[in-house]
Amino acid sequence: MIGRHKHCLALQDFSREEILEVIDLAVSMKEVLRRPIKKVPSLRGKTVVNLFFEASTRTRSSFEIAAKVLSADALNWTSSSSSVTKGETLVDTARNLEAMRPDVLVIRHAAGGAPRLVADHVGCAVVSAGDGAHEHPSQGLLDCFTLRERLGDLAGKTVAIVGDISHSRVARSDLFALTKLGATVRLCGPPTMIPAGIESLGATVHHELREAVAGADAVVMLRIQHERIGDPLIPGTREYSKLWGLNARKAEEWLTPHCVILHPGPINRGVELAPEVADGPRSLILDQVQNGVAVRMAILYLLAGGSSAEAGGASEAKAHG
Amino acid sequence: MAELLFIEGGRVIDPASGTDGVRTVVIRDGKIAEVAERIERPRDARALDARGKWVTPGFIDLHVHLREPGQEYKETVETGVRAAVAGGFTAVCAMPNTRPVNDNASVTELVLARAAAAGLARVYPVGCISKGSDGQDLAEYGELRAAGCVALSDDGRPVMSAALMRRALEYAKVFGLPLTVHEEDLQLVGKGVMHEGAASTRLGLKGIPGAAEEVMVLRDVALVELTGGRLHVAHVSTRGAVRAVREAKARGLAVTAEVTPHHLVLTDEDVAASSYSTDLKMNPPLRSAEDVAACLAGLADGTLDAIATDHAPHSAVEKDVEFDAAANGIIGLETAFPVCLALVRQGGLTERRLVEALTSGPACAFGLPGGTLARGAPADVAVLDPAAAWTVDPARIRSRSRNTPWKGRRLTGRCVMTLVGGRLVHEEVEGER
Amino acid sequence: MDALEIDRAVHRLGREIAERARAAGAAGQLAIVGIRRGGIFLAQRLRAELKGALGVEPPLGTLDIALYRDDVAEQGAAPVIGPTDISFPVGGKTLVLVDDVLYTGRTVRAALDEIVDFGRPRRVWLAVLVDRGGRELPIAADFTGARLDVAEGDDVQVRLREAGAAEDQVVVKARRAP
Repeated sequence: MIGRHKHCLALQDFSREEILEVIDLAVSMKEVLRRPIKKVPSLRGKTVVNLFFEASTRTRSSFEIAAKVLSADALNWTSSSSSVTKGETLVDTARNLEAMRPDVLVIRHAAGGAPRLVADHVGCAVVSAGDGAHEHPSQGLLDCFTLRERLGDLAGKTVAIVGDISHSRVARSDLFALTKLGATVRLCGPPTMIPAGIESLGATVHHELREAVAGADAVVMLRIQHERIGDPLIPGTREYSKLWGLNARKAEEWLTPHCVILHPGPINRGVELAPEVADGPRSLILDQVQNGVAVRMAILYLLAGGSSAEAGGASEAKAHG
Repeated sequence: MAELLFIEGGRVIDPASGTDGVRTVVIRDGKIAEVAERIERPRDARALDARGKWVTPGFIDLHVHLREPGQEYKETVETGVRAAVAGGFTAVCAMPNTRPVNDNASVTELVLARAAAAGLARVYPVGCISKGSDGQDLAEYGELRAAGCVALSDDGRPVMSAALMRRALEYAKVFGLPLTVHEEDLQLVGKGVMHEGAASTRLGLKGIPGAAEEVMVLRDVALVELTGGRLHVAHVSTRGAVRAVREAKARGLAVTAEVTPHHLVLTDEDVAASSYSTDLKMNPPLRSAEDVAACLAGLADGTLDAIATDHAPHSAVEKDVEFDAAANGIIGLETAFPVCLALVRQGGLTERRLVEALTSGPACAFGLPGGTLARGAPADVAVLDPAAAWTVDPARIRSRSRNTPWKGRRLTGRCVMTLVGGRLVHEEVEGER
Repeated sequence: MDALEIDRAVHRLGREIAERARAAGAAGQLAIVGIRRGGIFLAQRLRAELKGALGVEPPLGTLDIALYRDDVAEQGAAPVIGPTDISFPVGGKTLVLVDDVLYTGRTVRAALDEIVDFGRPRRVWLAVLVDRGGRELPIAADFTGARLDVAEGDDVQVRLREAGAAEDQVVVKARRAP
């Protein structure tokens, strides 16, 4: 359990304490990743199933490694097309897998709310690895972990998120987690990429990149997709890059010296981020990847460790000594 | 031999004749014979006790999906009319988006035959605007009218081509058929699945802006002005559409409109709070609180002529899936009255206006008989208990489908008796809670 | 045990460890690892003793065994996992594991499993302040400060100044009958 949560589906539903529980634990998990033998026996005998309906090598591998470091067995189940076109419903797929008794189901799906639907129909713990444009909770948590590692307490810090906010589940998860930790969030992009009513979630909206990043402690750059047919949000990547992309000159002139840069990946080099910025000293992108494993270890450990018993509070006097 | 039936002691609310008070209703040979304060009842006349109840004309629903022919696993004409009379509806207009669609006499006749066999609520078929409902060519309105259609619609889809809409409005004039239209600009809708707003942003679901409905209503109002045709706007959900209809009426155009019970009480925030429940997914989607308020005000001031349920049965196959993939629509015949009655209790609607919107309002909009208890009118009567509290038990829903957000909820107000042509076709037995 | 007894015990443990280390020729290869919280402050004290006795300060590490517990399935995930810090190479060392109370032996088993994941020590010695019996696994201390004879339900607490106690104390609390 993470606090009162049996599942990890949406940071919207997490309290500040629950978010901190995960990223505090991730500190210890990261230490394990620095050892010569990167394995601890905590989830030995547990099974983690990755149920990915959207292609993703990175996130899936990250969860797989996290499971294996904890000595759990990891199984990958990938579907390239939606279950509906294949004929088997999402609920049926999940139930069939559950009959094999996994301890955790990690799900990525193109439809917002799909992990919630699965969680309502299975008995094991469910982790969302991203559902449509809704949330990507482990990414939000690892971004907070990464920022805290570099910036310290996030209360009072300013973070700008730049890109196609309307289609970004990372933007939403980051927004919820950062505001709960006390940070100020600025969203930036062309008006076509800013979703309706987002200000009501506690962020300010900017259409000028310079204004959005002025004085910010961190900037999260999002990937831009130009492949949207029938509903063009921008004229093309060329103009987008000119106005909202971050290159070395803009980074030098517009960002404070200590401002760091994050990107959930994969990067469109030359579009939202120039290569020298992506690889430069401000970039925490590779830290994000490593921290991703640690954060996912923390999530899996908290959700899979233990049966229906409440977490923590175990008296150690008798059991251990 | 005269078949005499007395309905006694009830509060008769018949806006068409301006009646509101305790009256006795006398039915002879399936027609309303008399509505008066005190009438001597002959010994051989049957009597129904309506004390403490409302007695109104049977409700008329302009927008119902009976799913037959083709999707009988969701609903049939028989199960649909059974649900209708349980909700106080004595007449329903059956939308043509069946399989095959109702663009010809055969399908119209099938629907009417099934309705006659069921012998419960009257069914008025609605024919297609375009052949195959595909938005390309006009269907044969003459044949549809002759077979029994009372209106035309491509419901489920909008008529995207303005040119076709213009011709349809013109051609339908000859047959006196109103066009009841599902208004949305598909290009603005895109892949949207719920109302575009803060709630859709939080849920990460693609949104449908209110403007998608408004632009089409404005377009079609302009076409009514051009053609002199009759337009009825189905399931109005946005303040922009209400405004457009109000303005069109002010200019004397033949525009009428309907609104569903759910668009009067539920919002996009309810969708967000429900954690992706597909029982809250329909088209048009549940809108913002401002839109709901505008629809209620529009209903109260007469801009919107009728309450129509858009009863849309779907099975678990279509609904027990992820939100994006779920079919649109909820059933509504059996819950319409209590849901709308709550609005009366909250002060948004008068009792008279509620009854009017369920009876004479729809009758006038489509030129249908009924909707009144005037002398000589068919004896289609609803007897309602406004105080009855009951739970919507999925096992007892008469519709073949169960897709309603009021499943398991406690509602107040219920139809306890329904008569069609003087025959008792529905009775809620005391103690069935 | 009172403060004076504890102090004497720690001092004696230090001498015994130093003697045995010299005898084994391992004085230069010693390392001290404190287990969890109880063992950490004791490990620091022992390290100081050994510095005095051997003239050289052995490296100090801390071990949190939460990820190696054998009761995760029953008790659930531990909510707080402290830092494990073994920053010196373990291979070839004579490692002294330090804990405050030796009871069932399961903590030491977990610590051994964890140590082995860091490398292959030459040998591992176990030093504890208090041995209260009640072993559930075949684990024995090489160096023991004191043996206490307590009932199974009793709670043995070692309170140290470094942890905030007013003075060093070993307290035995009898569990009230349910």
